[in-house]
Formats: sequence, C-alpha cells, structure tokens
Amino acid sequence: MTAPGSGHESGRGPRREDVGARLSFDRGEPGRRAVDVPNWTGEQTPLPDSQLLRESLRLPELSQGELVRYYTALSARNYGIDSGTYPLGSCTMKYNPKVNDLITGLPGFTDAHPQAREEDVQGTLRTLLELRRGLAEVTGLPHVSLAPAAGAQGELAGVLMITAALEDRGELDSRRRILVPDSAHGTNPATAAMAGYTVTHLPTAEDGSLDRATIERELDETVAGVMVTVPNTLGLWENGIEEVADLIHEAGAYLYADGANLNAIMGRVRYGDLGFDVAHLNLHKSFSTPHGGGGPGSGPVCCSEELAPYLPAPVLQESGDGTVRLVTPERSIGRMQQFHGNVGVLLRAYAYLRALGLDGLRAVSGQAVLNANYLRELLHGHYDLPYDRPVLHEVVFSGSHQRREHDVRTYDIAKRLIDHGFHPPTVYFPLIVPEALMIEPTETEPPEAIEALAEALIAIAEEAASDPDALRGAPWTAPIGRLDETTAARRPVLVWQDPNREGA
Amino acid sequence: MSASLSGSPHPYIPATEADRARMLERIGVADLDSLFADLPAAFRDPAIDLPPALAEPELIALLAERAAENAATTRPSFLGAGAYRRSVPSIVSHLVSRSEFSTAYTPYQPEISQGTLQSGFEFQSVVCELTGMDVANVGLYDVASATAEACLLAVRHTKRRALALFEPIHPGTVDVVKTYARGAGLRVDILTSVDALSDEHACLVVQQPDFLGAIQDLEPLADAAHDQGALLVAAADPFALGLLRPPGDAGADIVTGEGRDLAGAPAFGGPSLGLFAARSPYLRQMPGRIVGRTKELQSPDDAREPRTGYVLTLQAREQFIRRERATSNVSTAQALIALGFTIAVQALGPSGLRESAQLCYQRAHDAAKRIAALDGYEVPERGPWFQEFLVRGPLPAAELASRLAARSITAGFDVSDRSEPETGEALLFCVTEATPDAHVDTLVEALTAIGDDGDEE
Repeated sequence: MTAPGSGHESGRGPRREDVGARLSFDRGEPGRRAVDVPNWTGEQTPLPDSQLLRESLRLPELSQGELVRYYTALSARNYGIDSGTYPLGSCTMKYNPKVNDLITGLPGFTDAHPQAREEDVQGTLRTLLELRRGLAEVTGLPHVSLAPAAGAQGELAGVLMITAALEDRGELDSRRRILVPDSAHGTNPATAAMAGYTVTHLPTAEDGSLDRATIERELDETVAGVMVTVPNTLGLWENGIEEVADLIHEAGAYLYADGANLNAIMGRVRYGDLGFDVAHLNLHKSFSTPHGGGGPGSGPVCCSEELAPYLPAPVLQESGDGTVRLVTPERSIGRMQQFHGNVGVLLRAYAYLRALGLDGLRAVSGQAVLNANYLRELLHGHYDLPYDRPVLHEVVFSGSHQRREHDVRTYDIAKRLIDHGFHPPTVYFPLIVPEALMIEPTETEPPEAIEALAEALIAIAEEAASDPDALRGAPWTAPIGRLDETTAARRPVLVWQDPNREGA
Repeated sequence: MSASLSGSPHPYIPATEADRARMLERIGVADLDSLFADLPAAFRDPAIDLPPALAEPELIALLAERAAENAATTRPSFLGAGAYRRSVPSIVSHLVSRSEFSTAYTPYQPEISQGTLQSGFEFQSVVCELTGMDVANVGLYDVASATAEACLLAVRHTKRRALALFEPIHPGTVDVVKTYARGAGLRVDILTSVDALSDEHACLVVQQPDFLGAIQDLEPLADAAHDQGALLVAAADPFALGLLRPPGDAGADIVTGEGRDLAGAPAFGGPSLGLFAARSPYLRQMPGRIVGRTKELQSPDDAREPRTGYVLTLQAREQFIRRERATSNVSTAQALIALGFTIAVQALGPSGLRESAQLCYQRAHDAAKRIAALDGYEVPERGPWFQEFLVRGPLPAAELASRLAARSITAGFDVSDRSEPETGEALLFCVTEATPDAHVDTLVEALTAIGDDGDEE
C-alpha cells in the first residue's frame, strides 16, 4: 500500500527511533540514579529477619536527565485536548482550565491528611460542601455523596442505594431486574450485574427515544430500576421521559440517570424535576477536569429525599456552629473508597462551577448544543444520519454508505482523521448504529475548528471514493502505524522481559 | 432569566455573538432556544441557585483563602493509617503536568496514544516487579476498591460465596469490601485467626504491613488459605515492598496496593491509585484495562521493519464489549496517578527505593525508641514493623491527642476503639523518610512535657 501525499515517512532522512522497543528498563546503565536519598546518621536498628525481606529488585537505572527525556519523548507520542480538537463522543473532551490545576496544587489543599481532625481541614470541607450544594442545584436532586471515584463507581453506588431501599421495603427478593436501553454505555449493564441484577435490554424506537410499548410491557413487580442516559447516546432528548418516570414509579421501581451527557442540559433542565430518583455525574466530562489518559475522574451520586439515607459514606454536613463534618448516612450502603473520594478532582470541579455561575453553565450547554448542530449541518449529506433530527451535545453519523460503496470502514475513516490533525470521534458506539461515528465537539471549540473538522471529514468521504487505500492504510503521519491487536491479545506480552534472565 | 447567551464571551467559550448568529443562520433556526425545543416546556429553565461567577483573580483569591483555612502545612503530623507522606521526586509533578499526558482521554486510538500506553506498560512492569506477580492492570481507584475487586475475582474463580478478611486490616478496606460484597450477595467474615478459615471462603485478605504497622510473614497465611482451597489476597504498601519480600514469593495469588503516596502529597486522600496484580492463571478474570506490547501491522509490499507499539488488550473482559458479562464495570480509573507512581519508583531505582524504605524504617524506629524511653509512655511490642507504631501514654488516647493538638502537633491515629489487646488507649504514630528530624524532636519534647504533667491548660 503506498502512502498518499508527502506526509508519510519515505526513504529520505534518518530513520525514526523505534521508541517502543526500548523501555526505561532497557536504557541507562547499572549504577546510575535519578534522585539521591539522605543518609541516616542516627543509631541503626537491625532490619527484620531476612525471610521477611526482598532479595532482589529489578528497576531501571537512569540519571535524572535521561528519565526526564524518556518520559518527555513518550509525552510527544500522545494527543491531548491541549494538542487539538478531541471530538470523542460521550466523553465531553472540553478544554481543561489551567487555573483549576493551580488551585488544586495549593499546599494547604495538597498537604491535608485524610485522617486529619475535621477542625484542621475546614478549608477543604467547606469547599466540598459548596460543591455538593452546587451539584444538588444543577441536578435538582437535593442529596449528594462526592465519594465515588469515577462514573462507573457512581453507578454502582446508585444501584446499591436502590438495592438498600428495596431491602427496607421488603421487596429485594422479588425485584431482581434492571432495565437498560440498548443504546446505553457498557458500564450500565455491567454495573447492574455487579450489583446482582439481571439485565433486560430495552430497544430504541425509530425516533431515537426509548420504545414506550416495550417499557410498559416490561415494567412489573420484578423490576428494581431503569437506567437511562439523558440526553441519550445518540445525542437526542429522551422524549416523554417525565411520563416514563411516572410509569416507573407506579410500578414501584426507581429511575436512574446516567449523567455522562449532562453537558447538554446544564442549567436548562434537571434530573430531579423530571422524576429521576438518583443520578451520577462525570466531573471529568461536564466539569472540565483533566482526564489524565484514563483518570482520575470523579462520579458524585445525587439523589432524592427518599434515597438520601442510603448514600455512600461520607457525606458533608454543616453543623449548627458552622463546622463542616463528614458523616455516614443512617442507612448508608457503606464506603466506596478508603477515604473521601478523588478530592483533587472535586476541587477542580468546584473552581469550574465558580468560574461559570448559572449564566456560564447555560452558556456552556447552549454553545455545546449549537456546535453539535452546526457540525451536523456541515456534514449533512456527506455521511448517513440514521436519526435525522436536531441533536443536543453530540451527533451520531454512520459510515454505512462508505462501507457499502467503497469497502471502507468507519475504523479507516477515524484513522485517516488522525492525518488531518484531529483526534478521531468515538466509533462503533452506540451499538445500535452500524459503522457509528459519534462526534461531540463541546462548547470550547471555536467555529473555525468545527469547520476544519467538517472539511477534513468531507475530504475523507471524497477520498473514500477516489483513493480508498489512503484510508485503509491510515494513519500515515502518526508516531506509529496501525498495530497488530490480534497478536497482542492471542500471545499477550504484558510486562518487561529481562533479556538477561529468561533469554526472551 | 433567558436561556440565551449573553453578549460577552466567557474565556472558556470562544464563540462570539456574531459567530452564533452565523451558525444559527446556517442551521436555519431563529435562536438558540429552538435547539432545545425537545425539552419538556414545563421543566425548562428552572430557578437554580448558584453563586455568581468569579473572574480568575477572584477565584484564585477565594480558593487560596480556603486552602489557608486548613491546618498549617508546617505543622508536625504523625498521621498515617493508610496515607503516608513520602519524599516524592521533583520530576514527578513536572512530568505528569505535561498536558499531552494530563489532558488525554483513555487511549482508544493507539497511534496517537503511545505515551499513555507505553507508560502503562512501564507501570505494569514496575507493579509486577514490586509485588512478585506475573500480570498487572493499569490501576484501579484505590487499594480498598482494588481489594474488593480481588475478592470478586476470587469468587468467580472458586465459585464460593464467602470472603475472609484478616485483622488488623484498614477499616476503610473492610467497609469497601462489604459495599461490593453486598451487591454480589457475599458473606464477609472478619478473622482474627486463620483457624477460622474454611472451605466456604473464596479468599483470605491480608494487609502488609498490617493496619497497626506490623510486618507479616505471608507464607504461613498463604499456606493456610491454600489448604482450604482459597486464594491469598495481599493488600501491600508498594513503598514498603522496596524492602520487604514480594508477596508473590510468599505465595500470594493476587496483590493490591495503594500507589497515591509515592505519586504525590496526601491531598486529603485522593486522587488515589489502586494497584492490582495477579498470577497469570487469573489474567482473563482480571478487572480493568491492560496494556499489551505488539508490532505494527505490515502490508506485503512494505519492506520496513515493523516498529514496536502498545495497545489496550484482552478487552473482551471489559464492560464496553462484554456489558453485563464483563469482569467489572470499571472504565475511567487513575491513569495519571499511575504515571506519577511509575516515574517515582523508576526515579528512585533499585538502590534508591531500598535506601528510602530503609531510611523510613530507621527514622520510625528511632522515634519509637525515643518515645518508649520517656516516663509514662509505652510502645507495645507487636513483632517486626515498618513505619507505624502504637503509643500509650499517661493520658487516655483522645486526651493525649488533644493535648498535642493544643501544641500544634497532629498526633497519631486514635485506635483506642479497636479490639486488639495492644490498642487500648493507644495512638498509632507514623514516621516516614519524609518526617523532618525537627518534628520528631518537637514531638518528644511535647510528650515529655505532657508526661511531666506540666502541661496544664
């Protein structure tokens, strides 16, 4: 397969280093070190018996400069939101304000010990209390625990709260099912299963909303809850959700909101007002905290009065004298973490909330929705649009036409987009859209960036017809080409092999 | 209030009023509100009570004031009990702050995520070396949730429905295991002797060093678990493992740990980092993301040598593919903290990590000896220990702690409500390699004064 254009590494110039072939373990020399350790000059206490001690330790031996260069070289092989547009659908990759990092790094915050007496950490606790109040306002669900470490853990907390409530109602043995739409994130069914429930999948209707007839048929005294993502993963409003909420409550079940897509509706409509009993948020999405290449995130769980006694510990409470305390709710499902949650992420989310205020949050959701619809309009006619109605924060196209006509997969389109300088959108999700391309521009992209993204996608659609191999071999300009994922899974190599020990 | 945007753009939102007008015209709608027409009118634009927005200087001033409301950072503190102040190499914060790392999402596109992926492979390698395990994932939330996941793996493997947790173990770990066990409908037994272990238990969970600081000989515990057909899960402090025998060498089947402290300051306990490593037979039952090493695919006419790269692998275990049959629901975990942990361990290197762990051991033992020598104070003997020790003084534990607080010293963690015989009226003090000598001197002086009863208030 030959490379299009001139961007591809050709025969000219020096060969690029195979960075991946040499780990830190393969670099440096024995005896080098990157930090020194003070000497102990006091009285020596004998070490414990040798059977309790380690015999050897194989770690890299690099000087400080070498180690910094190695990880700097690795960072250059990454793409972050600071590198460019990152329209990864359902992940809300918005710009991460730097002031939030500065604030979270203040020594008064970083030095706080999780076992400290409450009176010694009032600055942190007051800030978390105000975040809790803000999230309650934004969701319309008055009670909040900030403890869950990520969205999936927030989901587990929420579903276990439903379990605890059903147990107190004496209905846990009979209510063993949770209903989940077929467009849901994989975490929803996985969470329901972790909490011991059977999952029933709900089909999506032609308009992209839940199929009402199926819900009515499935809702009975065996259902514990229904988990719904609002707006849904097609980027669409869940039509009639407030009526569905009534049906669910009449059937004695609870309605759970996956808040991954809160960005579309912040300040405009609230889960609590619509009839949701419990919701989790992803602060690393809507509240701009950096995702770190896979965390830390934060997944606060917010709920109604009825479910408040079951919230995971700790929750924040202001006592009469104005002191903020960490307390365990009366019928709490317990702790999700050893300590109090991903506090560094929570502080950043608070700073974000205070930088925006209500007008700012409305501006965020407004612009996020406008940007998604603008992109939808620019790409209309170039890619299939299985659910052709105005969208909220994201738009899901399909590469079916390209697949059928030019034998080019969405996978290839995504890889070719890398050559245009963009991070690809989410692909092959939601599962109900064949060859899905799920694009979420977010409000922090200027219109020029959205236009450039659309131009690139249109150029790729044209190229799919004129030079499909250019897509099939892409990316041509990335630090590395397509990788052999099949062999990686069949014959897993998961740790560094010491060439001197096993003769690998 | 109108749901329209105001005229002046926010620094985080680039589009201007003119931009919006142009975009709306292209879309063919009159105004922004029309884009929200699907939202039910009765619930639109509710009253929401949020404080007014702050400009950046105001925001910094407010949060700096809040940070200053916490106890002074210069204050001597002897708290450990799950969170330890470490000497973190300066290059850690420098490198993890590189936004190519910090502002990336999960590496779904390996061609432009090699930085995250190769670092993840480095992390797995470091974790396996420290723990003596064959395979590791790229990290879970914290040691407690990682230990809960280890229990769930043991349940899947053994098909048994009870868990055994061996005291002394961190109460937060017990709580989290119970939370997860509730979902799975499992029984949780808290054991004070391995004699209570039975063939109903999927695993025995042991903390190393234990919650009260003692170094455990894991081998007999592993033997006892294996005799009953149960797995041994060791929740081990990775820093202590710079000195201690790897749990894998002693027979552990799964090792978890807390990586936060090597990667940075305690930060009120989070973000944390759960380590998770196992013997290779459990690989396909593991939770979380795993990075594998591979080569570039090659087209037949390409004569170049394929280069080495890294991908997320064995994903058929995971929620986004397997959904309700996944090994766990975990998705976003703690990747950036794992990067910091990796760089810290590699910066210390084999000699530095050992020296640093030994320095920690020596400082802590020296402090304990000085306190034990004071009139009215006792350091109960519990066998070999690493960095934490019990102190019983002339006053009840809570009163001793508040007397120290009155002298601007944060005492050790109050363990007087525990059931071990040594913990009655005891505080659990922690001294690490990062505890300044002057803080220990201040503590010894204060304890002396309190012991002399010359500390009347």
